[in-house]
Amino acid sequence: MADPLLRVRDLRTYFYTENGVARSVDGVSFEIGAGETVGLVGESGCGKSVTALSLLRLVRPPGRIESTSEILFDGQDLAKLSEKEMRKIRGARMAMVFQEPMTALNPVFTVGDQIAEVVRVHHGGSKKEAWARAVQMLETVGIPAPEQRATEYPHQLSGGMRQRVVIAMALVMNPALVIADEPTTALDVTIQAQILELMRELQQRLGTSILLITHDLGVVAETASRVIVMYGGEIVEEAPVDELFKNAHHPYTEGLLNAMPQVGHERERLATIPGSVPPPTAWPKACRFHDRCPYAWDRCATEHPPLYQIGPGHSSRCHLAEEPERRADKHEPFVVMAGAEGRP
Amino acid sequence: MSSIGPSSRSIVGRLLAHRSARWALAVIALLVVAAIAGPWFTAHAGHEQLDIVKLKNTPPSWRYPFGTDQYSRDLLTRVLLGARISLAVATLAVLLSTTLGTAYGLISGYAGGAVDAAMMRVLDGFLSIPRVLLLIAILTLWNPVPLSGLILLLGATGWFGVSRIVRAQTLATRHLEYVESARALGAGTGRILLRHVLPNIVTPVIVTATLAVGNVIALEAGLSYLGVGAREPTPSWGSIFFDGVEFFAGNWWVVFFPGVAIVATVLAFNVLGDALRDVLDPRQLHRSAPVTPGTQPRENG
Repeated sequence: MADPLLRVRDLRTYFYTENGVARSVDGVSFEIGAGETVGLVGESGCGKSVTALSLLRLVRPPGRIESTSEILFDGQDLAKLSEKEMRKIRGARMAMVFQEPMTALNPVFTVGDQIAEVVRVHHGGSKKEAWARAVQMLETVGIPAPEQRATEYPHQLSGGMRQRVVIAMALVMNPALVIADEPTTALDVTIQAQILELMRELQQRLGTSILLITHDLGVVAETASRVIVMYGGEIVEEAPVDELFKNAHHPYTEGLLNAMPQVGHERERLATIPGSVPPPTAWPKACRFHDRCPYAWDRCATEHPPLYQIGPGHSSRCHLAEEPERRADKHEPFVVMAGAEGRP
Repeated sequence: MSSIGPSSRSIVGRLLAHRSARWALAVIALLVVAAIAGPWFTAHAGHEQLDIVKLKNTPPSWRYPFGTDQYSRDLLTRVLLGARISLAVATLAVLLSTTLGTAYGLISGYAGGAVDAAMMRVLDGFLSIPRVLLLIAILTLWNPVPLSGLILLLGATGWFGVSRIVRAQTLATRHLEYVESARALGAGTGRILLRHVLPNIVTPVIVTATLAVGNVIALEAGLSYLGVGAREPTPSWGSIFFDGVEFFAGNWWVVFFPGVAIVATVLAFNVLGDALRDVLDPRQLHRSAPVTPGTQPRENG
């Protein structure tokens, strides 16, 4: 098999704070192939956003990427590049789409100006050419009357339009990989669907790989072909998207899936995973999920589980892979309160 | 859609719509015009002694609207020339101090961490020195000081407050998504600071600088009055005032006219600064974002 576009090996990003070392990303390895869309899922504080920032080397002090980490992108180890070399990658070969379209654009410049700036940073060339490219890009992301829109300021556009502009900025240099950090979270549901559709369409047209970071499994189901689930700074499960939805293995993934609203169960309260993510300065020693896990037994509190291979392209960081019979004796099921506070 | 009101006006337009700003601008404009053009139209040179015997200390008259001083010089001419000196010194000094302070604050705020901490402790050190005493001390040694030296000193001792403000604003701005986004798309530090941070924090800088002009005019007058600023025969408002005070008992006009000029100018700049604060308020900018047909936010399918 040919080398993948991105191969991350043992990525560790630690924050050296006064309260101790926060191991926000703690030994993450994964690959993204050319033209592939991979979903990176987990709740707040699981390390998914820090993973994304690490790929672009945007982590600020006191955060640091540990020297053992490898970020092989296009045959280069990004972890070893100088800041200057890294600047040439950012925006040109690897770009990022941010979460908040309200704040991801500079309020004092027109949107055309901001897209053109990216072109000029990487390409040089005349202002006129860059502007023409910006207008063309606005058209590509489906903004009507692009010549006119290009001369408008961010506050004149709606949230959905702004997110289109942000996507245009990320794609204008035709990067090989786009990292999208919660690209639809701040949008209305109908606009969300439009933006996801746009990203899918552009990805097919331009052949861009996408790393889609989200806490919303629904978004992943619609867009990604493979899913990586993170918990406590580690990957806990990785699988093709259909496989994950059918045969989730890790109890955390199971919890996430149970927490999704489903058609036909409207009367029920959504299931929750009890407890919260432990602080990254003090991950539990063994399995990081064991104190929230309904199946946990003594082994989980003493032995850190490796990533078990449990099927083609499917791996899970749970001892259940070796002792599947334990799944039967679940102590405390995820709290599901059926119709307890019934609505009419 | 909302009505097209005073919304689509530029900052200048909104400033002109602001009542006290209009007055302040009128006073400042008058002063600037008088300072530039005035001395050409008066009959005498500023240093010309008309008649040391007959025209010494004459009160205001049609011929000499502001009267003459103890050397029989025409006071109107001297106050107009003084306007040149006072306005030029203050404007240039503030330009210098604002530039220095902005650069210092931007670097400190954006660098963060140890660099920021070190730069802020240095600034604390500077701030602990009383500016007026420091200036008097230096100017006592550097005497007589050329105007360029005065500008340099006033500028070099006036940037501490600005850099504090700029640093705080930069700290707040650097984590905003569009700054991070610019980094993520490959912009270098210089570009980020000048294009993405500075334009978004320039409002308080403009306000502070405007207030500082008034402040420096008063400061320069004070220093000249103490005899360490602009010196005879250079007619700054402070030095004219200083000359007049000696003979104040008999000729009130020598103190009155430069005094009025100082007060009016400082007041005008302070009022303008406050008005700018109102007008440049980003919430107001937002409220008055131009809304014209065909540009209102809308979704597309």
